[in-house]
Amino acid sequence: MSDAVVPRKAETVAPRAAPGSGWLRRAIESDLFYSFRRSRLTMVAAAVTILFFLLAIFASVLSVQNPFDPAQLQLMNSRISPLWTADGQSPFLLGTDEQGRDVCSAILYGLRISLVVGVLGVLLAGTLGITLGLIAGYVGGATDGLIMRIADVQLTFPAILIALLINGVAKSVFGNRLDAMSTLAVLVFAIGLSFWVQYARTVRGSVMVEKNRDYVAAAQLIGLPTPVIMLRHVLPNAMGPILVIATINLALAVITEATLSFLGAGMPDTMPSLGTLIRIGNNYLFAGEWWIVAFPGLALASLILAINLLGDWLRDALNPKLR
Amino acid sequence: MLAFTLRRALQAIGVMIAVGIIAFSMFRFAGDPVNQIVGLDTPAAEREAVRKSLGLDDPVPVQFVRYFINAAQFKFGISYQFRQPVSNLLIERMPATLELATCATILAMVFGILMGVYSALRRDSFLAKVFQAVSLIGISLPTFLIGILLIYLFAVTLGWLPSFGRGDVVRIGWWTTGLLTVSGLKALIMPSITLGLFQMTLIMRLVRAEMLEVLRTDYIRFARARGLTTRAIHFGHALKNTLVPVITVAGLQFGSVIAFAIITETVFQWPGMGLMFVQAVQNVDIPIMAAYLLMVSLIFVTINLVVDILYTVVDPRLRSTISRPA
Repeated sequence: MSDAVVPRKAETVAPRAAPGSGWLRRAIESDLFYSFRRSRLTMVAAAVTILFFLLAIFASVLSVQNPFDPAQLQLMNSRISPLWTADGQSPFLLGTDEQGRDVCSAILYGLRISLVVGVLGVLLAGTLGITLGLIAGYVGGATDGLIMRIADVQLTFPAILIALLINGVAKSVFGNRLDAMSTLAVLVFAIGLSFWVQYARTVRGSVMVEKNRDYVAAAQLIGLPTPVIMLRHVLPNAMGPILVIATINLALAVITEATLSFLGAGMPDTMPSLGTLIRIGNNYLFAGEWWIVAFPGLALASLILAINLLGDWLRDALNPKLR
Repeated sequence: MLAFTLRRALQAIGVMIAVGIIAFSMFRFAGDPVNQIVGLDTPAAEREAVRKSLGLDDPVPVQFVRYFINAAQFKFGISYQFRQPVSNLLIERMPATLELATCATILAMVFGILMGVYSALRRDSFLAKVFQAVSLIGISLPTFLIGILLIYLFAVTLGWLPSFGRGDVVRIGWWTTGLLTVSGLKALIMPSITLGLFQMTLIMRLVRAEMLEVLRTDYIRFARARGLTTRAIHFGHALKNTLVPVITVAGLQFGSVIAFAIITETVFQWPGMGLMFVQAVQNVDIPIMAAYLLMVSLIFVTINLVVDILYTVVDPRLRSTISRPA
């Protein structure tokens, strides 16, 4: 550790002339990046996660067909096994499913949907939880009691149950014929409402500690409005644990979305996510067409494992007790 | 002690009322119940009659109180898809879910504790590293993928175990059990493993962490100084003290085991409450959804209450801190 500290002190003084490179340099020489470089497993996990995000972003460039467009699917091409097996056919690397959909393309597009739902769900849960946590911690009193009581009750129930209920209610309110995009919105909403509690509790805890500090009193004395104090001064000090929760929650959100879709309460067959693909593929398992379910499953599992490893590392790296 | 018990009981009742309000609003406001019951071409007069017979014209608070009184007597209305009282459907399917959840919990506790103790005592052994890897996979693999994997391995490829259903069941009163027949036991194996795996990893990590902590304490050092055998120290002293939090967590987790049974039951087409709930969500059968929510909440809240009270009985240190401020 000590031999890493010495050059950092020497160099942070020098590049102050160029603010852009100074920011980058500070990031590279931070303790976080140091611990990142020391853990090979974390680097692999980060690479895999980035790879998955890139695959999702460039899905339309990388895939041989658009699996959402029925016009591009041909029944002639149905149930082809993967390329390296005896019956494999040329453009279909991982084989095709019952409708002649290229499994590889479907995974890329499905990955995109899973990640969009996961990221948006985490953002919604984070915004909701941080806002409520800030209010509860800063205002205190009856408001705090009410918010935390709701959180307690919700924490008793597993997120998947809450998400399923929200999904069922949404179906009942909007009718059973929701189009794919609205289903996606409902999923984001369900995940956001299922996962906000952890953020709220963490933020509330930090705020209760921070609000008695002198810098908050100073900010109050110079007449800053309360929202500014909360967002600009208190919140940044609670950001570390939030980042950890958000990373681990991204994995949980992806699992929840996949589970809902697998249970038939998520993305429809016309616009499948990874979970939907696994549900469809599961029907062909007994017919021996293992590739329809195996590859989406493998993609989902490795995505979640990579994000979980990142989250574990981040938790340890940001925890000063473990240094 | 009594004050604490009463306060917790009041809190539990408060939670149940809150859940009841949610269940009622789902039933009453999520879509029109009349539309769900009658056909599309039912004349308006007949709709009005149905509306009246359901009491939907009364003020909302009256309806809520009526719903609550009915729910307290386990009357949850008529299912939209099955046209049967929801309570009958629930009771019919409850044994399947409870048997599955109990087996999964026992499995998780036995193997979780064994693996946890081993990996705490032999921290750097190869097997302990394998256990750690398994636990990471257990947390990262979604439940349904584990189920599919097991089905592919043991049902499709090897053909050893059935891939769906409960097998033959024996009826004892209103309870049906699969534990007394060979096919019932065989059918139970894969669903229990699937359902219990996540709990197992949880318990294993907990036991490992607690054991490592306890082994560092002074009384263990003192026991060593007294010259007790390693076996007596590890199992008589250390393990006994790690078991309190483990049993608490396992007890609290029993509720989520029942909720997670939703997924396992869908994968294995296990005829329990969870499968019925998923089908209700797919078919927008609100009475079943509301009833399931109430039933599961009741189980959750009861378990939480019992665990809280038991905890104070088991751990005298807590008792003194609780009775003091009151």
